Amino acid sequence: MNAKSHVKTETRHEQLGLSNAEVIDMYRYMLLARKYDERSLLLQRAGKINFHVSGIGQEAAQVGAAFALDRERDYFLPYYRDYGFVLAAGMSLRELMLSVFAKAEDPNSGGRQMPGHFGSKRLRIVTGSSPVTTQVPHAVGIALAAKMQKKDIVSFVTFGEGSSNQGDFHEGCNFAGVQKLPVIIMCENNQYAISVPIQKQLAGKVSDRALGYGFPGVRVDGNDALEVYRVVKEARERAVRGEGPTLIEAMMYRLSPHSTSDNDLAYRTKEEVDENWKKDGLPKMKQYLIDCGIWSEEQDAALSTEIAQQLKEAIDSADKAPFPLPEDTLLHVYADNEGDVR
Amino acid sequence: MPVMEYIDAIRLAMKEEMELDENVFVLGEDVGLKGGVFTTTKGLQEQFGEQRVLDTPLAESAIAGVAIGAAMYGMKPIAEMQYSDFMLPATNQIISEAAKIRYRSNNDWSCPLVVRAPIGGGIFGGLYHSQCPESIFFGTPGIKIIAPYSAYDAKGLLKAAVRDPDPVLFFENKKCYKLIKEDVPLDDYIVPIGKANVIREGSDITVIGYSLPLHFAMQAAEELATEQGISAHILDLRTLQPLDREAIIDAARKTGKVLIIHEDNKTGGVGAEVSAIISEECLFELDAPIKRLCGPDVPAMPISPPMEKFFMLSKDKVKEAMLELALY
Repeated sequence: MNAKSHVKTETRHEQLGLSNAEVIDMYRYMLLARKYDERSLLLQRAGKINFHVSGIGQEAAQVGAAFALDRERDYFLPYYRDYGFVLAAGMSLRELMLSVFAKAEDPNSGGRQMPGHFGSKRLRIVTGSSPVTTQVPHAVGIALAAKMQKKDIVSFVTFGEGSSNQGDFHEGCNFAGVQKLPVIIMCENNQYAISVPIQKQLAGKVSDRALGYGFPGVRVDGNDALEVYRVVKEARERAVRGEGPTLIEAMMYRLSPHSTSDNDLAYRTKEEVDENWKKDGLPKMKQYLIDCGIWSEEQDAALSTEIAQQLKEAIDSADKAPFPLPEDTLLHVYADNEGDVR
Repeated sequence: MPVMEYIDAIRLAMKEEMELDENVFVLGEDVGLKGGVFTTTKGLQEQFGEQRVLDTPLAESAIAGVAIGAAMYGMKPIAEMQYSDFMLPATNQIISEAAKIRYRSNNDWSCPLVVRAPIGGGIFGGLYHSQCPESIFFGTPGIKIIAPYSAYDAKGLLKAAVRDPDPVLFFENKKCYKLIKEDVPLDDYIVPIGKANVIREGSDITVIGYSLPLHFAMQAAEELATEQGISAHILDLRTLQPLDREAIIDAARKTGKVLIIHEDNKTGGVGAEVSAIISEECLFELDAPIKRLCGPDVPAMPISPPMEKFFMLSKDKVKEAMLELALY
């Protein structure tokens, strides 16, 4: 990111219509997601929680996208690494921690699903599952419903490049293209499907596939939050104008192992990982703010302290919160189900 | 009260529900201009427009998945699978998604979806236009499964399915489309999901089944009554999931001799569960071992006429099984 060339005239974020406060807020959510992620890893290693799946290295694209959407009205179908996205969409640290600890109050699933399986009707975050890419047709269906009801909203769906090879990706894209639906389809290409590297997954670019579905496909630097913001904002404008879907391929790197159950150095080198840490979008964003003259090391240290305190409170609260009752296992199979399952 | 075919009753149910609620819409392959390959949706696009009777790309997982998304938004989609044989690409969407949306979100989200799919053979459809896939979905909590036998029930159950807050699989029998003709009221009635129906009162033997084979059982029962004085009690399950346990137990107790019939193959079929319920609840009230007459355990139905005939149940096969049970 280069702020300096524009500092005297107009900064990059100003050119994109973002205020200083907004771009600082973007950075705040990116840092919040990173710290949340790091802490969840520690909680798992300490034996406090059973599982964590990381989104480290993907926050810039997630938060950049969230800021380009209407966070009061649009519908979101994030995938399991999208902590930055759901935080920016309004989920609190406590709510995420309630999910991590599998507690009754977890708004995502009441302690039923693994962490990272987001859902909140209040925030229009649509409940998701573990079989990957099933959410793409759902996003298309929501866009179809919105179009039928003449609502000027969009649905926004994410997934990894591994998932982009599933049939549901293709079927969903094709359907959306035929019906010209207001859906933004964003692949977070972190270059690994657990252990399988990108060259064994894809023979071409994910973004190029859009040509076959009859709508634009854009590849963007996923480590550059402002660039992702720009691309998603344009996609949203196209969608609400009735011009149909956009496929976005945000390029990034999965800096963490796949999950807490994975040893990534069994299939990739430390050198490769270290090389990609240099491209991390988080310190870049911080430097951008400093270069713009709207952020300082002191403010950054204060923000880190504030987040550490918020995390501590969220963890304490979630840790102390009650588990679901064992027999609550029987609830909510059907609308009329009061636990009378045989 | 007009006499109409089973297929007309299904069409009428959709038409009525679409008139009552603008959130109800139909989507699937060939459902629009053509009106469906069986004419089930004929005239609906003319009345409700292209958007509410939506011709989709040929991709069953998208048909189900898009319908699920629309349902979560608050619409009431009726997704048509052209043949239940072609439904399997949508199985992940139905079992991993639709069935689990309410449960996995702790009642935050719901999926009021209907998936209609024609089942059954006897139309020279061969392996892939004849199957009964009930047992693939049966035993998946979170979905309801309906398989009507009568035209009256087809209309009332489909209307109930559209209004149901949870996902419902509606297995209509393609052989019944034109075969079953009866009085169907034009008024706005529903048949409740989860309730079986005694379609013939009797005292010697009990036949429990669903869909087309009940047609054979009814004919056989008439003949057995006249020819042999055997009185058959026949229960139409109507809803396969959740099963009406009380009705099953009552029907078994009524005569103490039970024959279960379905076209889906025997092993792991709905009949196995019905049999297990009876065994759990009233084994010692039975006067004969529970008997099942089902499709054979082969992958699917061949097209060659003698082979198709061999696979299918018929009045004669059901009659023979009923007589054997009565004489036990």
